[in-house]
Amino acid sequence: MDLFAYDFMQRALIGVLITGVCAPALGIYLVQRRLALIGDGIGHVALTGVGLGLLTSSSPVLTAVAVASVGAVVVELVRERGRASGDIALALLFYGGISGGVFLVALSAGKTNANLISYLFGSPLTTSRDDLVVMVVLGVAVLGITLLLRPWLFAICQDEEFAKVAGLPVRSLNLLLAVTTAVTVTVAMRAVGLLLVSAMMVVPVATAQLVARGFRSTMHLAMVLGGLAAASGLAASARYDTAPGATIVLVAIGLFAVLAMLSGVLRTVRHRSMAPAPAASDVEPPDVVLHP
Amino acid sequence: MGTGEVVIDLRGIVAGYGGRPVLRGVDLSVRAGEAVAILGANGSGKSTLIRTVLGLVPRAAGSLRLFGAEQRPRRRMRRQWRRIGYVPQRLGAGSGVPATVAEVVSSGRLARRNLLSPAGATDRAAVASALSAVGLADRAGTPVATLSGGQQQRTLIARALAAEPELLILDEPTAGVDAASQEAFATALRSFLRGGGTVLLVAHELGPLAALVTRAVVIHDGRVAHDGPVPEPAGHHAEPGHDHVHPHAPAETPGFWTS
Repeated sequence: MDLFAYDFMQRALIGVLITGVCAPALGIYLVQRRLALIGDGIGHVALTGVGLGLLTSSSPVLTAVAVASVGAVVVELVRERGRASGDIALALLFYGGISGGVFLVALSAGKTNANLISYLFGSPLTTSRDDLVVMVVLGVAVLGITLLLRPWLFAICQDEEFAKVAGLPVRSLNLLLAVTTAVTVTVAMRAVGLLLVSAMMVVPVATAQLVARGFRSTMHLAMVLGGLAAASGLAASARYDTAPGATIVLVAIGLFAVLAMLSGVLRTVRHRSMAPAPAASDVEPPDVVLHP
Repeated sequence: MGTGEVVIDLRGIVAGYGGRPVLRGVDLSVRAGEAVAILGANGSGKSTLIRTVLGLVPRAAGSLRLFGAEQRPRRRMRRQWRRIGYVPQRLGAGSGVPATVAEVVSSGRLARRNLLSPAGATDRAAVASALSAVGLADRAGTPVATLSGGQQQRTLIARALAAEPELLILDEPTAGVDAASQEAFATALRSFLRGGGTVLLVAHELGPLAALVTRAVVIHDGRVAHDGPVPEPAGHHAEPGHDHVHPHAPAETPGFWTS
């Protein structure tokens, strides 16, 4: 615990907590839409923004937000078209993004590869006060959008066609979601790095949906689990001197594994206890189950 | 029937996907208070017809008026959407993120809510009454993925009812739905009609809905082949399990639609 007496550890803790809570709050919409890996792609694109920032000696976080937002909007426009070539367009964008990033970082004089690594895999321990201010502002924006617009974002992700017929501003909401994804990626960049961003968007959601019954409860539980994984992952990495970003993600995956096993055991136990008496009251024989 | 305001008016509608027309000149008008069933074989264009009315399929030609207002292609319907409830064929492919029945039904109410405005007492009351209209009031907190196909279908009709629409458009509402849910469905539609609502539905077979349908429109090969009373099945067409819907050329219809 005394580890957190250090200034840099406190900043690191705040940084990873913001990431741990914000990433799943946005990620749940991506998972609902079956776009779980889109965060990873946007992360690739954000790297070009980082390179641009380092090259022009401006804040890499802000240039990353800008470039990632443009990338996310392009991805959304490709998705909206629903073209078969969308797959290839995304590949071009993502690999163009990461190559552009590596290229620009190499161009920027006096910067070593260590810098690039810190953006790829995160370096919460070097979070500065200025970084933290940017993260807090962007994090609050992400939480505001994902929590306050939950019914609307839920509606467009659950059944886009119905939302269109109901007259919701589907297109604007989609673009907002795309830009918020980009912002979340950039917020999480310092904590877990651009290559692991997607993990914090998806894994806590996957864990929460093992036990939650509704969308809202899944979202809130995922935020708690994300924060928990971030804080305990950071503490573990400090204790055992491991890479913080990777440790946080491994803790999140560990939480998933534990909960998956527990819920599996619970289900078997419940099945076994119900097996001798097939309670007809709860099963509803007249209904036909369509979904496997 | 059929004396009220013209709710849907289609004239010479040509529409389809990717430049290939599925509808080839459809005229149809539906008045307030009617319950119109669109019948036809698979691929006849019946689903495309209602999707065109909903603005989900682009029109190549023809005019579409909803509640008397001309709908321009590629332009969002303005005030009309609050008045239309859409019930798709099935719940979108589940992604694994759970959602309760109440959450899905509440999303239908958003048509009546302004962006960012919290749900008020009227919104909650509308959702509750939509749930009880389809007999799912006791399932509000249940994850939709655990419901039977019929109950999921009832959830979708409740979602449309939550916006208190004047016109309900349903795509194959009874396809693959068990008898108990079909009955609940018919009851919900009957009370909607009693309240002055208008219904346009696509069906493969009417089942328990036959009693409340006031008019049948048969689509064949992208055109209206029959528009009038619900055909009474006769002879071997009345046998149980027989599919009453056949695409017949207009020349054959007089012999077939004996009522």
